[in-house]
Amino acid sequence: MDFINAIVLLLNYIFVPALAYGSQLAIGAIFVTLIYGILRFANFATGDMMSFGTMVAILFTWYFQSIGISLGVLPTALIAIPFAIIFMILYMLTIDKLVFSYYRIKKSPPVQLAMVSIGVMFVTQAIVRIIIGPFDRRFFDGEKFILKATEFKEMTGLNEGLTVKSTQVITILITIILVSILFWFLNKTKTGKSMRAYSDNEDLALLSGIDPKKVVMITWIIAGILATIGGVLYGLDKSFKPFTYFNNMLPIFAAAIVGGIGNPFGAFLGGYVIAFAEILITYAYKKFFTYILPETLEPDSLIQLLSTDYKFAVSFSILVIVLLFRPTGIFKGRVL
Amino acid sequence: MREYTNVIVAYSIMILLIILVGVFQSWGIALSILNLCLISAVMTMGANIQWGYAGLINFGVMGYTALGGLAAVLVSVAPVEEAWSAGGINIIACLFIIIGMIFSIRYILKKFTKSKKRTYGIISLIVIGLVLLRLVSEPGIENIEAVDPAKTGFLGGLGMPILFSWIVGGFFAAGLAYIVGKVALGLRADYLAIATLLISEIVIAVIKHEDWLSRGVKNVIGLKRPVPYEIDLQNTPWFINLVEKFNSGKLKLINSVAERQDVLNQLVIDASSVYVKLCFAGMFLIVVIILLIITQKALYSPWGRMMRAIRDNEEAANAMGKNVVKEHLLIFILGSAVVGIAGAMMVTHDGLFTPGSYRPMRYTFLIWVMVIVGGSGNNFGAILGGFAVWFLWIEAAPIALFLINFFTSHLPETNVIKLHLIDSVPYFRFLMMGIGLLLIMRYRPKGIIPEKINIK
Repeated sequence: MDFINAIVLLLNYIFVPALAYGSQLAIGAIFVTLIYGILRFANFATGDMMSFGTMVAILFTWYFQSIGISLGVLPTALIAIPFAIIFMILYMLTIDKLVFSYYRIKKSPPVQLAMVSIGVMFVTQAIVRIIIGPFDRRFFDGEKFILKATEFKEMTGLNEGLTVKSTQVITILITIILVSILFWFLNKTKTGKSMRAYSDNEDLALLSGIDPKKVVMITWIIAGILATIGGVLYGLDKSFKPFTYFNNMLPIFAAAIVGGIGNPFGAFLGGYVIAFAEILITYAYKKFFTYILPETLEPDSLIQLLSTDYKFAVSFSILVIVLLFRPTGIFKGRVL
Repeated sequence: MREYTNVIVAYSIMILLIILVGVFQSWGIALSILNLCLISAVMTMGANIQWGYAGLINFGVMGYTALGGLAAVLVSVAPVEEAWSAGGINIIACLFIIIGMIFSIRYILKKFTKSKKRTYGIISLIVIGLVLLRLVSEPGIENIEAVDPAKTGFLGGLGMPILFSWIVGGFFAAGLAYIVGKVALGLRADYLAIATLLISEIVIAVIKHEDWLSRGVKNVIGLKRPVPYEIDLQNTPWFINLVEKFNSGKLKLINSVAERQDVLNQLVIDASSVYVKLCFAGMFLIVVIILLIITQKALYSPWGRMMRAIRDNEEAANAMGKNVVKEHLLIFILGSAVVGIAGAMMVTHDGLFTPGSYRPMRYTFLIWVMVIVGGSGNNFGAILGGFAVWFLWIEAAPIALFLINFFTSHLPETNVIKLHLIDSVPYFRFLMMGIGLLLIMRYRPKGIIPEKINIK
C-alpha cells in the first residue's frame, strides 16, 4: 500500500505537472526550431510573440463571455483560439514583410537577424503592454478539475490524493493532436517536404523549383499557430502575464537547443526533458522516502537536490552541459 | 578635422538635450540622467569591446553588471562578526572543498589518459564533492541567515571604501568571464548569444537566492557613499555660504528676514542634491575618460588591428598565426570586466543592491540597443549610444504623453481609448526603443557614428 502511495505521490507532484509544462515548452520549442531551421535565425521575440497571440485570445474570450457564448465545462478560450490564430498570422506576416524579409533577401548573417528580432521583441512587448497592460490575468473558466484529490482518496482508499486539472488534460491532448498533424504535414505532404528541403539546402531547393516565398509564408503561418496555441495553453494552465511570457523564452530556447536546434522532433522531446529535469531536481522527496523506506531509515531533511528557487537555473545548466558535450543537441540538429 | 565633425555635432546635440531637461524640468533630473548615461556609457564600452572589436556576442551583460554590484556590497559593507562566528568556518571549509575538487580534477585530467574509467572517476569525484559541500554548508548557511535576519542575515563585506569595489567588480566579472569563455566561446554566434543569456540568468538566480552571500531579495540598503551626504551638506557653513553667494541676487529681492531664511533653506536643500549628483558625475566622467583613452589606444594599436582582422576573417587571421581562441577569451574577459566596473558604479550611485531588479530587458537588451544604435566598433559611437538611448529611455514617457495628448486633442477628456493610452504611457519606451533599433538597423546599420578605419 505504501508503495502505491509513493507512486501516486510522484504522479501527482511530478509526472502530471511535468507532462503539462513539458507540452507547453515543447510547442514553443518547435516554434523556435522551425524559425531557426527555415528562416535561419534565433528568434528572441519568441516569448513576446506567444504573449501577443495569447493577448488576442484573451480579448476574444472576454468578448465571447460578454455576449454569453461558452463551452460549458470547457474553457471559453478554446473557441477564441482560431480567431486569435488568424490575428497572429496576420501580425507575423506583417512583421516579416516590414522587417525580416529585407534582411533575408539581402542574405544578412544570422546574427543580424537575431538583433533585428530583438527590435521586434521590444515592439511586440510594447504593443502587448499598451493594449492589455502588464498585470497578471486569469482567463480560465469552466470546470477546473477532472479529478480532485479528495475524490481520488475516496475512490481508492489511499492516503495520497491525485489531482488532475482539466487544463493539464487539455494541454496534453491538444499538444498530441497538434504535433501529430505537424509531423504528418512535414513528412507526408508536398509542401512539408519542400519546407524540409529548403531547410536542408536552400540553393538546391531553389534549383528544384521550390518557391521560397511560399515556404517562408507557410513557416510563419505554422509559427503563428504554434505560438498562439502554446501561449494560450500556458496561460490557461497558469496565468497570463507579459513578463512571465518573456521569461519563458529562456527554457524554450533551452528545450530547442537540448533537442537539437532545427529538429522539430528533438525540440518536442527537449521540452519534456527540460520540464522533467526542472521538476525532478527541485522536488522535495522527503514524503516519498517516508513511504518506501522502513520507519527506522526515515529521512530528516527534505531530500531536495536544489531549492525551487533554482528551477530555471536547472534547465539552463542542462543546456550548458549539453552545449559542452554535444553542441548539436541530444538529437542531431538541422534535419528539419 | 572633418572626420570628427559628426562626432562633435552629435555630442553637442546630446549635451544640449540634457541642458534642456535641466532648464525645463529640473537640474536634479538632468544630472541623474547624466549620471546614468555615464554608467550606461561604461557598459556600452564593455559590450563594444566584445562586439565591436571582436564580433563576440555577449548577451550576459546583466550577469556581469550584477556581479559588479555584488562586489560593491562585499567590499563596502562592514563585516557581520556574529555571522562569521556562527557559520564562517563552514563557508571557508566549503571554499577549500571547491578548491580541492578543482585541483584533484585537474590532477586526474593531467595524470591519466582519456578512458571510461577516468570519466567515471571524475563524475564520482564531483558527486561526492557536491554531497560534501551540501553537508558542510547547510548548517553554516542556516546559522548565518538566522543572525538578525531583519537587518543582516549575511556575512557582510570587508568594510572598505566602496570605491575599491569598482576595481574588485571588474575582477569579479573577469573571473566569471574566464569560466564562461572557457565553456562557451567555441560556440557559433547565435548559440553563444543564447548560452551567455542563460548563464547570466543562472548568476542572477544564485545572487538572488544565496542569502548568506548577498542577502538575496531582502536587498542591501544604505551602502556608504564616496561623496558627502545631502543632510551633512545642509549643515555645513561653507556650503550654505556658497549657495547664498550664488543666489545673492535672488535673495536680495526678499525683504523679510524669516522669509529669506526659508527660501535659503529650500535653495540649500535643492543645491545639496545637485552638488552630490555633480560629485558622482565627476567621478563617473573620470572613469569614462580613462576607459576611453585606454580603449581608443588599444583600438588603434597593432593589437586592435589584429582583433579587427579576427573579427572580419577568422580563418585568415588564424592562418597568419594569430591564436584566435586565446584572443577571443582575452577580449571576452576585458569587455566583461568593464561591464563589471559599470555594475559596481551603478550600485555605488544608487546606494543599494537589489538583486530582484536585474532583468534582461534593462541590463542586457537595452545595452545592446545602445551599442547598435551608437555605432559598434567605434568607442565614441558606443558612448553616444549609451547617452542617447538612456536619455530616450527616461524621457520616453513625457514624449509619449505629449504625443498622445497632441493626437487625441479632439477627443473628450473621458474618452476610453485616450484614458487607456495615457495609463499605458510607461510602455511606450519599449515601442520607441524597438522602432529606433529597427530603423537604425535598416537605414544606418553601422550606427549613428560608424566605425572608421584609417588605412594609411
